[in-house]
Amino acid sequence: MTRKTLATIGVHAALVAGSVVTLAPLLWMVSASFMTAGEANTSPPPLLPGQATLDQYRELFVRLDMGRSFLNSALLATCAALLSVVVNAAAGYAFAKLRFPARGPLFSGLLAAMVIPGQVAMLPVFLLLRSMGLVNSYAGVILPGVASIFGIFLVRQYAASVPDELLDAARIDGAGELRIFWSIVLPLCRPILVTLGVLTFLGTWNDFMWPLIVLTDDTKWTLTVALASLSGEHVQDTELMMAGAVVTVLPALLLFLALQRSYIDGITAGGLKE
Amino acid sequence: MRALSSWRAREARSGLLLVAPGLLLLSLFLALPVIASLLLSLTDFDLYAVGDPGNARIVGLRNYARLLHDPVFWKALGNTFFFVVVGGPLTVSLSLGSALLLNHKLVRFPGLFRTIYFAPVVTTLVAVAAVWKYLYHPRFGLLNAALGFFGVGAIDWLGDPHWAMPAIVLMAAWKNFGASMIIFVAGLKAIPDSLYEAARLDGAGPWQRFRLITVPLLAPTFLFVGLTTTIGYFQLFAEPYVMSGGDGGPMNATLSVALFMYKQGFRWWSIGASASIAFVLFAVILGATLLQRRLQKGGEA
Repeated sequence: MTRKTLATIGVHAALVAGSVVTLAPLLWMVSASFMTAGEANTSPPPLLPGQATLDQYRELFVRLDMGRSFLNSALLATCAALLSVVVNAAAGYAFAKLRFPARGPLFSGLLAAMVIPGQVAMLPVFLLLRSMGLVNSYAGVILPGVASIFGIFLVRQYAASVPDELLDAARIDGAGELRIFWSIVLPLCRPILVTLGVLTFLGTWNDFMWPLIVLTDDTKWTLTVALASLSGEHVQDTELMMAGAVVTVLPALLLFLALQRSYIDGITAGGLKE
Repeated sequence: MRALSSWRAREARSGLLLVAPGLLLLSLFLALPVIASLLLSLTDFDLYAVGDPGNARIVGLRNYARLLHDPVFWKALGNTFFFVVVGGPLTVSLSLGSALLLNHKLVRFPGLFRTIYFAPVVTTLVAVAAVWKYLYHPRFGLLNAALGFFGVGAIDWLGDPHWAMPAIVLMAAWKNFGASMIIFVAGLKAIPDSLYEAARLDGAGPWQRFRLITVPLLAPTFLFVGLTTTIGYFQLFAEPYVMSGGDGGPMNATLSVALFMYKQGFRWWSIGASASIAFVLFAVILGATLLQRRLQKGGEA
């Protein structure tokens, strides 16, 4: 009994210690964002603001127009998520359930292409967007990432469990294939589509390299690009930077907390298929 | 019979129609660019050629040959390997350790701890990199303050070329360990309790149960996590970009291959040279993937 109690205490002590270390950077970020300018740069570094203030946030939204970048990020992430769900669900369902010419070779091709790192395609994609006149446009940020091999796989795995009898019954009733996809398959695949949507939303929200390359006009910048630029100009302004970091991180964390189940299911779905 | 064949034809048509948008986008933004990249790597495509592609000339393998003689490239390759070889195992051990703790049968509120450990994964890299930059500050950073408490002298984490890469490794491990942890937890949950029960009845202690049941049954998960971590870590880019203000300093100490490629291509517009770097990175990742697959096969035999 005592051994069990000791073990319980030991395990929880380790878990709590780990939690403190894991959360420390995030908690300090929040705390520093409420400090007055210059307060964080004292020695020893304060853990909590002497007098909490919203000055940094006011500066961000009123003077630096961070609200605009926030809306850009939200808009881009929402559009990317919706488009990605529709496009990848269609392909994933077709690969799982419909017989069409070259299905096998096409799918093997996708499998093989998974080892290609994204960086290889980056320069030509940029030149392509340039020739299409999409540099410095929202479409230029979103379009290259809409179709995803991982997304197609995710939906294909899930759609395989849709019963064929159901699809055949709809066909006998005279429903067209597109209608079957839209009104039977999509609702049945809802859980995995939510997963895919959340993953894409957060991926776009957090993405840095591509919007940095594509968007030149600062009114179109996403939060990540705006924050990186801020850290160039305001590197000394620790408290302001931390407020910017909170504004960027918080929506992602909240969305994750709200849809935690779907998000984690998506990650483990990828992991258990080996 | 006719009805059936027209059904089949309709099914084939709609199948093609449904995969078309996805495959079209993938050809446009993945397949074609990869081929174009390979061709570009054989040219001296530069800023002048961006204006008029007629200015580009075919130079064969000269870009690759030049890379082999470029000390900066070797530096970047060395840094990237350091990140993979040190950061990969560190991250995976943290993931496995925390998964084993979370999966311990005595734990109360495993969901709460899981959420906490996972939180860094969903945070925005650019934002948390900025946070860590201040934590690493030699004078006002919390990390040095904490180390000072234990009598360790101040370290100029991001300013000292010896410490800059370890600092990035540490941050990346913090940010990423939760993702693989989730996969390990799922792998651990898939091991039936009855096995442990049977081993206990046969008199196996905790260590023996771990070694004889957990380790072999978790091996496939372990290899999957190892592979994805390795592939992801070879593509190191945003961490050093944000921490070093975009140039991979100090003294190229945090310059990764992907960052070097980015600078060549998007800063100096040496697109031919940049494409050759991308393909070397591709080859390295492919090599590492095949090596790990091989080790996996060897382990199973």
